[in-house]
Amino acid sequence: MTTLTLDAVSRWYGNVVAVNGISMTVGPGVTGLLGPNGAGKTTLIALMAGFLSPSAGTVTLDGEQIWRNTDVYRRVGLVPEREISFGYLTGRQFVLANAELHGLTDPGAATERALEIVEMVDPAGRRIGTYSKGMRQRVKLASALVHDPGVLLLDEPFNGVDPRQRLHLMGLLQRMGAEGRTVLFSSHILEEVEQVARQIEVVVSGRHAASGDFGAIRRLMTDRPVQYVVVSDDDRRLAAALIAEPSVVGVTVRDRGGLDVAVSDLGSFVVRLPLLARGAGVRLVELTPTDESLESVFAYLVSA
Amino acid sequence: MIPINATIARLSFQALFGRRRGLVLMLVPALLIGLAVLIRVLTEQGVGYELVDSVGFTLALPIVALLGASAVLGPEVDDGSIVYLLAKPVSRHVVATSKYVVGWLATLAFGAGPLFVAGMVIDASDPQRALGWLVGGAVAGTTYAALFLGLASVTRHAVVVGLLFVLLWEGLLGGLLRGIRWLDLGAWGTEVASAISSSITAPGTGLTYAVTASAVITLGSVWFAGDRLRSFTMRGDE
Repeated sequence: MTTLTLDAVSRWYGNVVAVNGISMTVGPGVTGLLGPNGAGKTTLIALMAGFLSPSAGTVTLDGEQIWRNTDVYRRVGLVPEREISFGYLTGRQFVLANAELHGLTDPGAATERALEIVEMVDPAGRRIGTYSKGMRQRVKLASALVHDPGVLLLDEPFNGVDPRQRLHLMGLLQRMGAEGRTVLFSSHILEEVEQVARQIEVVVSGRHAASGDFGAIRRLMTDRPVQYVVVSDDDRRLAAALIAEPSVVGVTVRDRGGLDVAVSDLGSFVVRLPLLARGAGVRLVELTPTDESLESVFAYLVSA
Repeated sequence: MIPINATIARLSFQALFGRRRGLVLMLVPALLIGLAVLIRVLTEQGVGYELVDSVGFTLALPIVALLGASAVLGPEVDDGSIVYLLAKPVSRHVVATSKYVVGWLATLAFGAGPLFVAGMVIDASDPQRALGWLVGGAVAGTTYAALFLGLASVTRHAVVVGLLFVLLWEGLLGGLLRGIRWLDLGAWGTEVASAISSSITAPGTGLTYAVTASAVITLGSVWFAGDRLRSFTMRGDE
């Protein structure tokens, strides 16, 4: 059992606050760290990995301070977002070097085992410089797994990885979590996080916006007021039908045609809209969410 | 017992010679020895010995130390990939020392060694003088490599700052103001060289000061680089 604990952690650079009073406990299983770009995910992972000192608060691994404590790396595997620039090494040489640095008794065997886990045994004889993004990502993962750590921290592991390799990586993370390891990965894509993690921590603008089971987070994200533009062949008739709907909180007729519709409950609105239109004998031409960016979803979570 | 990690040293060696910088590192001494051969062929024995001290010792040696020491640390710190080496249960001071040893050996091989070769090519009748430059070069090279490693741990412009130090501080100001010799790594090396061969003029700091100052700068710089690595901060792309 390995638990990472952040207690009231803040990190600032001069006047800029990157992480603001975050407390969280990351235990065994897969945890997704979700947030838009620039939210402070990398800063948080750096704090958890001992590559940044907290300006306030503490970051501990099973009660042990992480900053300036190289011994914790016996239990921690880190997959940074940074590319490996050791392009002149083969994948095998790179993973082997990592195994040696951990002082393992049989670094060669550990290297082969790690390469097998990420299915990179065959290409491991080639130079890293010739690898695709997905292969580099897997070699990075192998280097982080080589000492069989209880904690695995991954910064945006799916970025730029093709869909097939992404599925493979996701499967791997789930397996690591099921084995009882504490796995934490960051992502700015909700769907990605949902597929792998049960526990989700949402970070927005350096603040801890939400924490919990993915179902609860998904509901928080979908049951929010949303703006739509609806264009139909008879906007006014549709407006009359819409305003009678409990999930609709406002309808405005647009000058250039179409309706601005404010919806309080996205979940039921998307189910009701086609039925309403058919009931009113109106043909829907266009339905566009005007406020669907992840940033606005996050902004809503923070203000909630 | 110097704390060295063989894996770090091996990777640093590969980083040094696996890139273009490694070639430049070998080109500098090749040029020096080539020039020495040219001078010897065209002139009398012993003529043009200034090549060894004014070009070899004053310019080629610090440049080799600068390229060697910054290549083993600089690129990895700049692009953040050193994080892979640091996320390990290995003392950061050991990481710094291991990297230093590689940069230092390269400086001895490609900076100090060629001074002896060039000296012997120009004047084979005075091996003591060539030996003086070899030992003085080894002392200065040891100090230069450490100082430049320390520089590479604080600034990504280590090569520029290092060149300014060598050319402006030691080269230009050191030539104009005699007081600079007290803070001139090259002058300390020359002091050591002059203790071996009477044909070499001593800058006048005294041997004890020269050796002590070199040792202090060397140990201090390597320790400083290790301490900087202890505080290494990972940055994201965001």
